[in-house]
Amino acid sequence: MSPLRPAGSLRPAGFDELGLRRALSDRMLPLLVAAMAFLAALAMAGWLGTAALARHWQEGAGAALTVQVPQPGEASSQPKETRLAAVLALLSGTPGVASAHALSQQELGDLLKPWLGQGAARLDVPIPAVVAVRLTDAAMDLAPLTNRLQAAAPGTLVEDHGIWMRRLAVLARSLQACAGLTLLLVAGVAAAVIAVATRAGLSTRREAIEIVHGLGATDGYIAARFAARATGLAAVGACLGGVIALPIVLTLAQMAAPFGGQGAPSGNPVQDALGAVPAALWFALPCLPLTAAAIGFVTAQSVVRRWLRRLP
Amino acid sequence: MLKFDGVGLRYGHGGLHQGRALGPEVLHDISFRLEPGAFRWLLGPSGAGKTSLLRLMYLAVRPTRGHLTLLGTDVATAPRRALPVLRRRIGVVFQDFRLLPHLSAFDNVALPLRIAGRPEGQIRADVTELMRWVGLFRHLDARPAAMSGGEQQRVAIARAVITRPALLLADEPTGNLDDGQAERLMQLFKELNRIGTTVIVATHNESLVGRHPAPALRIADGYLSTGRSPGPSTGPSPGPSTGRGDAPEAS
Repeated sequence: MSPLRPAGSLRPAGFDELGLRRALSDRMLPLLVAAMAFLAALAMAGWLGTAALARHWQEGAGAALTVQVPQPGEASSQPKETRLAAVLALLSGTPGVASAHALSQQELGDLLKPWLGQGAARLDVPIPAVVAVRLTDAAMDLAPLTNRLQAAAPGTLVEDHGIWMRRLAVLARSLQACAGLTLLLVAGVAAAVIAVATRAGLSTRREAIEIVHGLGATDGYIAARFAARATGLAAVGACLGGVIALPIVLTLAQMAAPFGGQGAPSGNPVQDALGAVPAALWFALPCLPLTAAAIGFVTAQSVVRRWLRRLP
Repeated sequence: MLKFDGVGLRYGHGGLHQGRALGPEVLHDISFRLEPGAFRWLLGPSGAGKTSLLRLMYLAVRPTRGHLTLLGTDVATAPRRALPVLRRRIGVVFQDFRLLPHLSAFDNVALPLRIAGRPEGQIRADVTELMRWVGLFRHLDARPAAMSGGEQQRVAIARAVITRPALLLADEPTGNLDDGQAERLMQLFKELNRIGTTVIVATHNESLVGRHPAPALRIADGYLSTGRSPGPSTGPSPGPSTGRGDAPEAS
């Protein structure tokens, strides 16, 4: 007897009247889609990663002002006030300044560690006080502030990091656009691969299609068989590609983390890597098989329906 | 039911050869009419146009000119999407069977019902019963390649009649059958004809036509003529519904 078929169902699952299991191979198509999905995962990681960097640097551009005060402990022009205190007081009284934070000895030491080593404090080098200033308005004109600071504590230096941050942000946005283009291109190539495979399947199974068509099958019926097969194969391929891409994405995310202002590493590399992946990527990765399946479905449907128009 | 009105056919029009220039006309000015329940032999030498005439009737091609009305639909003007439903009401037995080689006999016969979206429970019962009737109950799971020519032909016949079509077309259906099986097949055709199916059988088998006299469509060089089949015109069995549906119009 033929395999058990549930009574009442319209069509037994896996009934392959067009012989598509052999015509649309379960090897080549998923492998090609897996390669596409792999590239798409990298492009997506790049897109989201550069977006995070651009955002971070954009924020930095609005806040990046460093004020260096040499001989911070000496008296300023104001009586009973150190030069540093005078600068801080002036800064906090200036409209457009969101915050002014004088770096502690510890923070300064950390900053200089790469150049002066662990014992910077013991070297007795005259180190200026550094005030990190965050501005509310990145486009603020700094000249009047610089003049007033000079008057309060002569020798004070004001450094605007904004221009570099802005350049980096533009670079990041360009990289993001490239990643976006790559994503579109990969989707297009995936659609083309599925279209070619579907056309090959159509010509291999031409006789079966004509028989089924002659028995009264609608275009929708035949297209649905192809679409089901292409959708399944594309989804499987995309899952495969996504899984292969995952460790690489994690490694890249971990490498990019310091530039994105991530917190200090916890010491557990896996946990750090997982934490470094932007949350959006955790949503985007599962979308890979869904998107591939949608591309497979739409492509197969349209290719088959167009091909079937040649039949009467 | 079935009405040809000045139908001409050239290949290269529509169908599989779309885009190419039209070839010479293979059928000319075909006009005839069959009422529901008619039985006709389709006779003529090889290459005369029998298969082309059948192809028009099972909607594998559309007429290049004239009007063809099938089961109440003018197929020359009907939209393409109207044709699948029409095809489901036409059963065809092909000379080369046209079975799907990767499907079992059961699945081949069940295919028209599944395409029509019938419930699986009903399909199982109907197919099993019909396969028993054509003597293939033991071959339900066999692939066509594992069956003899005669067995394959019976599967093809079962597939053609499983939907109880309104119009049954057969192209040399007894070609691979011995006399006993051919008689059994004719009994099935007559039975279907008796319950109202219009049956058209193209054949070269003179003795079969002789044993079952009925009106005939004769075709030669792409032109049609109508008339009675040769053979005994008297006898205890008058043959399948010869009195009905006989309304030749022209040629």
